[in-house]
Amino acid sequence: MTAALLISMLAVTIRAGTSLLYATIGEIYTERSGVLNLGLEGMMLLGAVSGFAAAFHSKSVWVGVAAAIAVGGLCGLLHAFLTITLRSNQTVTGLALTIFGSGLASFLGQRLGPNGMPLVGQIGPRFERLPVPVLSQLPVVGRALFQQDVLVYASYLFVPIAWYFLYKTRPGLHLRAVGENPRTADAMGIHVTRTRYLYTILGGMLVGLGSAHLSLAYTPGWTEGLTGGRGWIAIAMVIFATWDPVRAWLGAILFGGINAIQLRMQAAGTTIPAAFLHMLPFIFTIVILVVITWWETFRKRVGAPAALGLPYVREEKG
Amino acid sequence: MRIRIEKRLTPSRTLSALIPIVSLLLALIAGGILLKAVKADPIKTYKAMALGAFGSKYAISETLVKAIPLMLCGLAVSLAFRMLFWNIGAEGQLAMGGIAAAGVALFVSPRLANAPVWAVLLLIAAAGFLAGALWALIPALLKAYVRVNEIITTLMLNYISILMVEYLFYGPWKDPKGYGFPGTAEFPPATWLPRFAGTRVHLGLVFAVLAALSIWLVLARTKWGYEIRVIGENPRAAAYAGINIVRNILLIMFLSGGLAGLAGMAEVTGIAHRLTKGLTVGYGFTAIIVAWLGKLNPWAVLVVAILLAGLLVGGDQIQITMGLPASVALILQGAILFFMLGGEMFKQYDVHIEWGQARATPATGSDEEAAQ
Repeated sequence: MTAALLISMLAVTIRAGTSLLYATIGEIYTERSGVLNLGLEGMMLLGAVSGFAAAFHSKSVWVGVAAAIAVGGLCGLLHAFLTITLRSNQTVTGLALTIFGSGLASFLGQRLGPNGMPLVGQIGPRFERLPVPVLSQLPVVGRALFQQDVLVYASYLFVPIAWYFLYKTRPGLHLRAVGENPRTADAMGIHVTRTRYLYTILGGMLVGLGSAHLSLAYTPGWTEGLTGGRGWIAIAMVIFATWDPVRAWLGAILFGGINAIQLRMQAAGTTIPAAFLHMLPFIFTIVILVVITWWETFRKRVGAPAALGLPYVREEKG
Repeated sequence: MRIRIEKRLTPSRTLSALIPIVSLLLALIAGGILLKAVKADPIKTYKAMALGAFGSKYAISETLVKAIPLMLCGLAVSLAFRMLFWNIGAEGQLAMGGIAAAGVALFVSPRLANAPVWAVLLLIAAAGFLAGALWALIPALLKAYVRVNEIITTLMLNYISILMVEYLFYGPWKDPKGYGFPGTAEFPPATWLPRFAGTRVHLGLVFAVLAALSIWLVLARTKWGYEIRVIGENPRAAAYAGINIVRNILLIMFLSGGLAGLAGMAEVTGIAHRLTKGLTVGYGFTAIIVAWLGKLNPWAVLVVAILLAGLLVGGDQIQITMGLPASVALILQGAILFFMLGGEMFKQYDVHIEWGQARATPATGSDEEAAQ
């Protein structure tokens, strides 16, 4: 394999992992507050279709991004209202959100095109690649990291920001406290309900942003099932990352790498049937989940926020 | 405005009965708003859906046809949910059951020309059950021994098995005389699941009722059923009581996957008579809603399966006659579940909304205020 090929595969790796990275970081915020949102797959489909539809009609990618973020935030709000205020079962509510979101996304995809026609097959605005001056001229990393679209560049910032926020700031400490021990956090004067609402909505907005990268940059346009399970893989990646944004980046690169290898093998005309290549990301997700779970148990470390998935009811004893 | 929430001493019975009905109505209203937004007439649409699903003998029989996989998968996931094992993989287990049944029907049954029909069918059913069961054992083993999150593994296995089905009917199992049509050759008639006179309703319905009966008997009448319920309600207490959780996870998932596999077997041998597109159309996911709306009770699961099957058939109907997307049915399903989930709270808690100046109520026992 030539060096040029490796570099181009590295660039694909970064691009393919970007939507997953946003979604994973979003879910880390949400789960750190103690709320499990399993609705990501539905939210991403809904975000991708509304992002593309908004960009298509307004002819502006940024309107599309705003729409996808807003839709993601609204889904987060819905999940928060049901699970926090109405104390519904978080697992089932998330599943309901996925079923509802997939259905609504498919419905909108058939109605939001020009004059109420389907959106499938329409060509709209998209994020073009925008090489960063100077940095893009660097050997190897220049082409791999800095000849991408704007949403990829933004994702580089979200990882250190999330890390700094979680571990080095007061609101980040409060967030972790709420997810680890809401009763103590409450006693410290932190508003548990408000915190959980805030980060469930914020997490949803990041998931929406990730889905915008899918329908406006990575695979521009809308098709049914555009996300290809990325919402679920993101939930697995949160576990792989042990709720740490830096390791989420590693997960996104691994996933992107699998995608790049799969695309490369298809392009090279491999004799391996396409179906098996398409299975790779899912098999890979199971494998790394098994490895990381086994490893964390072996080291007797618990990565999950202690109160994850548990409703907090102030007047009841925990 | 203040919202005051008090826990009820006993869950309200009136509300238990009312919530599903109110949820359905609210979901229909929400769906109606959406239909209005795309300039469709909600009343006309709903009427077309209802007539399409239950309006004639034929419609009812088609609804039952779709209810069969929903019943079997609904029972499958409700069995696992009882133990709080989140089997989201019924779709994949169904696919594996379909593959195994197709394999036996295509390649083994022609060699059994002298065997009685019932023996051939039994063999195919066993293959379907076993394939689903073994597929479900993968997440069960990973959960039981490595504690890997079963929601993710069952879901990833769905994608893998759906791709496997496609690989087979596009690739090695493709009908050589099919003119490129994606699908296997038609199975020999001896492997077709018998149908009820004049309809497409097949023996799978009997499987589903028998499965519901056995699950009900086991859960309500045996020590083992009691153990399963204890694990679901309080795993720690179950462990202290000496209940073998690992064994139960493996057993329950074997049965759960088996039932879903049986659904796949019934679909290919009862309806399509070949392995082709349309085997994995989301029954395994709708089954989650079926199980939850049926409160994991096997008899209720059968009833809810028929209702949701009606919704699916109605959805197909409005696509054909009114040109509206069939996904309306999916949206309504999700919405019903949302309202049901939200409604649970009102059963457990008494919610007061006080307008204007609120009088502070003295806290008594656990009924403290949770003011927003």
